[in-house]
Amino acid sequence: MDKHVLLVEDEVNIIEAMRFLLTREGWKVGTHSDGATAVSAIRAAQPDLVVLDYMLPGKSGIEILTELRALPDFAALPVLMLTARGQSRDREKAEQAGVNRFMTKPFSNTEVLNAVRDLVRV
Amino acid sequence: MASLNLLVGVCLVYVAFLFSVAFAAERAAVRGRSGWLRTPLVYTLSLSIYCTAWTFYGAVGYAARSGMEYVTIYLGPSLVMIGWWWVLRKLVRIGRSQRVTSVADLISARYGKSNTLAIVVTLMAVVGVTPYIALQLQSVTLSLSIFAGPPDVDGLNGLNTLSAGFWVAAGLAVFTVLFGTRNLNANERHDGVVIAIAVEAVVKLVALMAVGIFVVWGIAGGIGPMMERIDSSALGTWQLDRSRWAALTVLSAAAFLCLPRMFQVLVVENDDERHVQIASWAFPVYLMLMSLFVVPIAVVGLNLLPAGSNPDLFVVSVPLSQGQTGLAVLSFLGGFSSATSMVIVATLALSTMVSNHVVMPIYLSIKPGGASMSGDVRDVILRARRLSILLIIALGYLYYLLSGGSGALAAIGLISFAGVAQFLPAMLGGIFWRGATRIGALSGLCLGFAIWVYASLLPSFGQGAVLPVSFFEIGPWGIGWLRPYAFFNIEGIDPTVHAVFWSLVLNTGTFVVASLLSFPKPLERLQGAQFVNVFDHSGQARGWHASVAASEDLMIMAQRILGATEAQALFRTAAKEQGMTGHLPEPNPAFLERLERELSASVGTATAHAMVSQMVGAASVSVEDLLAVADESAQMLEYSSQLEAKSAELSRTAGQLREANEKLTQLSVQKDAFLGQISHELRTPMTSIRAFSEILRDADGLSVAEKTKYASIIHVEAIRLTRLLDDLLDLSVLENGQVSLNSATGPLEAVLDQAVVTAQASGDGRLQIVRLRAAADTVLTTDMDRLGQVFINLITNAQKYCRADAPQLEISVRADADVLSVSFRDNGTPIPDAARALIFEKFARVADGDGSGAGLGLAICREIMARLGGDISHVPQAVGNLFVVQMPRDAALAAQPV
Repeated sequence: MDKHVLLVEDEVNIIEAMRFLLTREGWKVGTHSDGATAVSAIRAAQPDLVVLDYMLPGKSGIEILTELRALPDFAALPVLMLTARGQSRDREKAEQAGVNRFMTKPFSNTEVLNAVRDLVRV
Repeated sequence: MASLNLLVGVCLVYVAFLFSVAFAAERAAVRGRSGWLRTPLVYTLSLSIYCTAWTFYGAVGYAARSGMEYVTIYLGPSLVMIGWWWVLRKLVRIGRSQRVTSVADLISARYGKSNTLAIVVTLMAVVGVTPYIALQLQSVTLSLSIFAGPPDVDGLNGLNTLSAGFWVAAGLAVFTVLFGTRNLNANERHDGVVIAIAVEAVVKLVALMAVGIFVVWGIAGGIGPMMERIDSSALGTWQLDRSRWAALTVLSAAAFLCLPRMFQVLVVENDDERHVQIASWAFPVYLMLMSLFVVPIAVVGLNLLPAGSNPDLFVVSVPLSQGQTGLAVLSFLGGFSSATSMVIVATLALSTMVSNHVVMPIYLSIKPGGASMSGDVRDVILRARRLSILLIIALGYLYYLLSGGSGALAAIGLISFAGVAQFLPAMLGGIFWRGATRIGALSGLCLGFAIWVYASLLPSFGQGAVLPVSFFEIGPWGIGWLRPYAFFNIEGIDPTVHAVFWSLVLNTGTFVVASLLSFPKPLERLQGAQFVNVFDHSGQARGWHASVAASEDLMIMAQRILGATEAQALFRTAAKEQGMTGHLPEPNPAFLERLERELSASVGTATAHAMVSQMVGAASVSVEDLLAVADESAQMLEYSSQLEAKSAELSRTAGQLREANEKLTQLSVQKDAFLGQISHELRTPMTSIRAFSEILRDADGLSVAEKTKYASIIHVEAIRLTRLLDDLLDLSVLENGQVSLNSATGPLEAVLDQAVVTAQASGDGRLQIVRLRAAADTVLTTDMDRLGQVFINLITNAQKYCRADAPQLEISVRADADVLSVSFRDNGTPIPDAARALIFEKFARVADGDGSGAGLGLAICREIMARLGGDISHVPQAVGNLFVVQMPRDAALAAQPV
């Protein structure tokens, strides 16, 4: 059975790369690139995993995650957060918000795939 | 007949006696046992120096010549003492509180410590008193000549009056110098002199009374026969000249207040204000006694002595003619007393004025180092005093020589009276009228004095002696209304009345008018208030010695200023030195001086002096003290305001530091945000590059199309990275002001054309660019490449972000006198208000950009325009966006940091 991943990301080239990699891993890949509407998109998609960009137009990844964790159905949803800002404070914020995994761009493909596998092994 | 030698011997013994009295008095004063020296009786007797040889000899002569008119000379002072004693009290209070040392000092102090005024008054006093001193010389010489007998035809046996005058003058000078200038007293008081003149007052009263009693009971045979003699004499028939009576009464009253020697004894030597009250009746009594036998002596003298005898000498010549040599000698001593006491006090007072107001200012201005009261200055003062005494007596002798020693004593005296009476308006005006000014006093004094010199002094040498006879007959240069005896052509007035009337009226008038017209200086105002309201300022009337400072009060004050331990130590030491058992010393002058010195180290000299004075109550605080205190306070105020300024500066610095800190914090936050932004902008393309390069490396079975696509993504992202780095460097250079600009002159349209071509080369060609060439030929001087960069940026932005169906950019130029404006108007979606404030900031990107820009373009544009001396702004539009670039036609292209 195919696992469903939702990429919340606004960089087209990164979406392209992630889609390629995850598809080959057997994921069903959905994408969404607007922060403001991301929570409802996630609720609608009911994915097994969310890959969430830190900086998004309209609403930041932290805000989205905080809202998501407040929803009972999504309190345990695995979330992999990606950031290009590379500051340690961001990691703390993300962990406080309830992130499962936090990765700084650029990352190696192996790295990101291992993380995804870890998160959904359960 | 007594020989001259005997007389001289008697005089010498008498003088030696006076010296010993004075010496004893001074020693007593030094020991502090001066209570008996300063009694109302002594004060009253010291006032008797008003009765000079003029009164002693001259009153009889006056009565013999002019009948009862001599009474006016006694009437004036009596009226002042009885009716005006409160004026005297005020003068005494002012003299005390202001530490006035002479009439010149009083007037100058009142009018703002004017040295000019002091000098004028001093000179006037010297000139005014000169005839008076001559009068004393003349009377002593004349009385001596009586004893010498009438001169025979050759003049061999008789006394040479002129040379006798010289010896009398020399003797008086030595006497005065020895008496008055043995040492220097800061308050110009002379205990020895005062007691000596009190003794002389008794001697002259006793002498005159003795002669009077002898005349009435010894010659006339009792009061009844005496009255008959008077009734039958010519004196009883003298007509009273009312104008002369009035004028002479006023004159003698004025002179009583204004004569320097009277001021000396009335005010300077006064020890207790309450003495004035007692003297106000006691002195008129003394005057009455002095005048009691004037008429009998005059009448008997006229009866007994041959016609042509000098009536001025009746007091001596009547007893002499009756063989009463002893009585005659006593009478001579009385006259001698009158003359010497007057000369001593008058020259002392004048020499004080001369040395204080003329010599010392000159000496101090010549000598560098200023007014420190060192020993040599004291020597200079003493020497100046002695010299001025000699000079003043020499002047008197000169007047005596010039006037020929012949005038009636009373006439000479009146001239002096009229001269010093000129001080009266300035003096009384000064203590009762706050509006009186220095200018008023000075002009009144000068005019009055000039009139006196012209109408009284100069004519006294005789018509034709100094002033030509023509002056008196037709007036100077034929100006009739200026004749010395007939001002304004009003003739027939008695010359004395004439001079007194005109000089005093014009003096007073000028004083009042000039005072009203002039504005006093601040010090004048202050002094005026102090003088006029002296009773409000200086507390209760009390004896100066009687008021002893409570040592406890001094202690409390000293503790406050010096601190308890130091103050107590100081007081204890002083007490021990005085041989006292307790902790508190006697507040004697030595201790007070020491305390003042200690205090002044803490609070300044003036303040210390004022404080101790207040405590001791010896003197109220003068304006000078107050000003000095104000000065010190001002210095402290300045110091404290300096401290305040420093504290303000500190808090300002603290504020600046806080601000700087806040700015740094803010900058740090901005820097973090900036680094985060840069990191994001760099990592994002790198992520794509890394991901796709790994895909290309690792993934098998990629199609050619896929490989090409992924490689081109890597290519585009690499270019994006490069451009980002270029922009960052560009911005950094621009922001630091390190950019070098190349100024060139050329047409604006050419720059725009080039920018359009460049932008279109990299664009997708959808954007239609409309050029409005209204100002096509505009030429400007600027950095063309940088300006082009701005234009390209704006056109590229429009290409990227204008989302209209038919995107369009309209470029227009407006040329004003100095400023060129280029407008870029597109038809896309207006930038939202919230974003508009940020678009010129670094990394500010309006949402949903295509990701190809880092958000540095407009920031770079803004920096470039700032360098070019221009500006770029976004103007909100209903539809689309309008960017306006403004620049000067001729940019001064210095690279300036913003």
